[in-house]
Amino acid sequence: MLQNTAIIGIGQTSVGEHWDLSLRQIAYQAMQAALDDAGLQSVDVVIVGNALGGVVSNQNHLGALVADFAGMRGIDGVRIEGADASGGLALHQGCLMVAGGLAQTVMVLGVEKVTDVVGSTRNTALATFLDNDYEAAQGATPAGMAALLMRRYMHEYGVQLADFANFSVNAHANGSKNPNAMFRNLIKADRFVSAPLVADPLNLFDIAPEADGAAAVILTSVERAADMVPQPIRILGSAVATDTLALHDRLDPLFLAAVQRSVTQACQQAAIAPHDVDLLELHDVATIITTLSLEASGFASRGEGWQIAVENQIGLTGQLPISTFGGLKSRGNPLGATGVYQAVEATLQLRGDAGDNQVEHAELAMTQNLGGLGSTAVTHVFGK
Amino acid sequence: MTNGMPFDDVRNLMKSNAPVGIVGYGAYIPRYRLPAAEVSRVWTNSLGGTPITEKAVAGLDEDVITMSIEAARNALARAQIDPTQIRAVWVGSESHPYAVKPTSTTVAESIGAVPNTQAADWEFACKAGTEALQAAMGFVGSGMAAYALSIGMDTAQGRPGDALEYTAASGGAAYLVGPEAESLAVFQGSYSYVTDTPDFWRRAEVRYPSHGDRFTGEPSYFKHVVTAAETLMHMMGTQPSDYTYVVLHQPNVKFPERAAKQLGFNAAQIKYGLLAGEIGNVYAGSCLLGLTATLDEAQPGDRILCVSYGSGAGSDAFDIRVTDAITERKDRATKTREYIARRTPIDYALYSRYRGNLATE
Repeated sequence: MLQNTAIIGIGQTSVGEHWDLSLRQIAYQAMQAALDDAGLQSVDVVIVGNALGGVVSNQNHLGALVADFAGMRGIDGVRIEGADASGGLALHQGCLMVAGGLAQTVMVLGVEKVTDVVGSTRNTALATFLDNDYEAAQGATPAGMAALLMRRYMHEYGVQLADFANFSVNAHANGSKNPNAMFRNLIKADRFVSAPLVADPLNLFDIAPEADGAAAVILTSVERAADMVPQPIRILGSAVATDTLALHDRLDPLFLAAVQRSVTQACQQAAIAPHDVDLLELHDVATIITTLSLEASGFASRGEGWQIAVENQIGLTGQLPISTFGGLKSRGNPLGATGVYQAVEATLQLRGDAGDNQVEHAELAMTQNLGGLGSTAVTHVFGK
Repeated sequence: MTNGMPFDDVRNLMKSNAPVGIVGYGAYIPRYRLPAAEVSRVWTNSLGGTPITEKAVAGLDEDVITMSIEAARNALARAQIDPTQIRAVWVGSESHPYAVKPTSTTVAESIGAVPNTQAADWEFACKAGTEALQAAMGFVGSGMAAYALSIGMDTAQGRPGDALEYTAASGGAAYLVGPEAESLAVFQGSYSYVTDTPDFWRRAEVRYPSHGDRFTGEPSYFKHVVTAAETLMHMMGTQPSDYTYVVLHQPNVKFPERAAKQLGFNAAQIKYGLLAGEIGNVYAGSCLLGLTATLDEAQPGDRILCVSYGSGAGSDAFDIRVTDAITERKDRATKTREYIARRTPIDYALYSRYRGNLATE
């Protein structure tokens, strides 16, 4: 069964502009770190979550490429793609392989190199996360579409821009303590509303920076894990749901139905309720997405997700710690790798190895990794 | 290691056998100004921020040749030497009017330096002028020339709608290099730091340059400017506090301010030489104009650290000591601040016409 999967090794590079590392080089760094952490020389399978390798680096076929480059020529390898949910989807596939008994050890690698392209070239690459024919080809970008949602949300519920500020303030407060974070500066709440505009009302202090990075986790069965490492972390739930790509095809654009479905399923698998979790690594690509994710997950009522931020419940010592290592906003958003960074961070929390980012007595963690504007939602639940 | 020596080994210090310096200097900035607010108005509906106040724009009848001639005349007015004694006329730019047919020959003939002279055009993005200056140090210092004239001048190409359109500007300066005894400022040492770094480039047949956006920051500008400055200071045995002024390449205001702070310089030291907020990035003329503005204010005995940056990439650093001769010579020609104050604001439409951005066929 699914609950039979455990994480025995983790690895990550810092998130940022890795000018001097290629796609395969940065992948290898994370893979080797995970192998070292698990005390292994190789694995049976590598599943690669990557969104833009073909578009930005002219490189598809990453499963075979990284397996060989990491010295494991011949093993089972594949690349999984689901926009910025690729990492979470790769983890889901890894769990299925372990549960299916097809492999003893599975490495799930998330890797992205996006900063080598700039300007409109980068925007065009990011727009492949949307519906091309009806959104991207008409000039839409993910930031622009999120801006539409935010504008509508603010109108429907009478919410001000300043009410979203604390999501970013909190992310940076945590990211400042994370040596792997892309941005380690603190943000002052009153500076949020006056930050330069990206897509009105989304501004520079709201939207997460896309970046380069690679993270890896190694999975095996719970039984095997007990003999291999002192502190295996279990995956108790792993669920994927989808929704329309085009926002205009949604029955209710202000409700992320895929988030609700995947959270419900993952919690059922784990036999918990959402509020049982001690921390939540959600897909804070923009504060409006954070807000809608909290509402669809059941942590807040419709139109009230922003209140959790305003009431400051989301810090490391709060009721619902969010973005504990900085989240997409401060740790950075390495797109297809993000979902695996979330898994690495959840693992560090449950191991008690989170250092200055530690949530005390963390026993249960939830990660949510979204593709596009919630067109794919992958929820995982981790426990000890 | 360079040339087999550790890079901060004093044997890498560039210093001529016979001491040389600046005998005359001259600035030139065209009068037209495009407010950055105009660029923002056209491209972002005035919602976007602006990195500077305004930039200088060459008029319809101006180019790097005409501008270099006026700057050269200012330098000669300060130097008061016989132009037939000039043994080299060198112009560095990334907007030479011709890809083949040197700017330098027209300038040389216009100022009366021909025919017994060397002339050549230089290119290395924004440091094309300072490398001509280093070559002049060697030319004069070796005894091959009594005087050499080095100019950095540009009418930089700004791609419409690009971030650099706010700042790509026109202007530059000329320096007549000669023996120390005749100099208003002396070169005490120089150093160049160069790597293959593709931050900004333009193919010959292409009109506008391309750039790597954020890559033009830390791995490019900051790495080269800071390393060149620190290495020169190490070889000269100096600290930032030993310098009265520092002049850095200025693609905008934030970069040189940040680099100066990182190196340990204070606001007073960078003040006179930081012009980018008012005239934009004059590319090959950038720190050379900052240097003329600083010399215009300098007193005998002042010490100046000047560090250029050229994309591709590299930095030339200079340690300069001002002599008594500055007092009398600085007033012999138009000062940099006078050129800055002489301004005619234009709108984006006139700017587009002046810069040839409007295709008429």
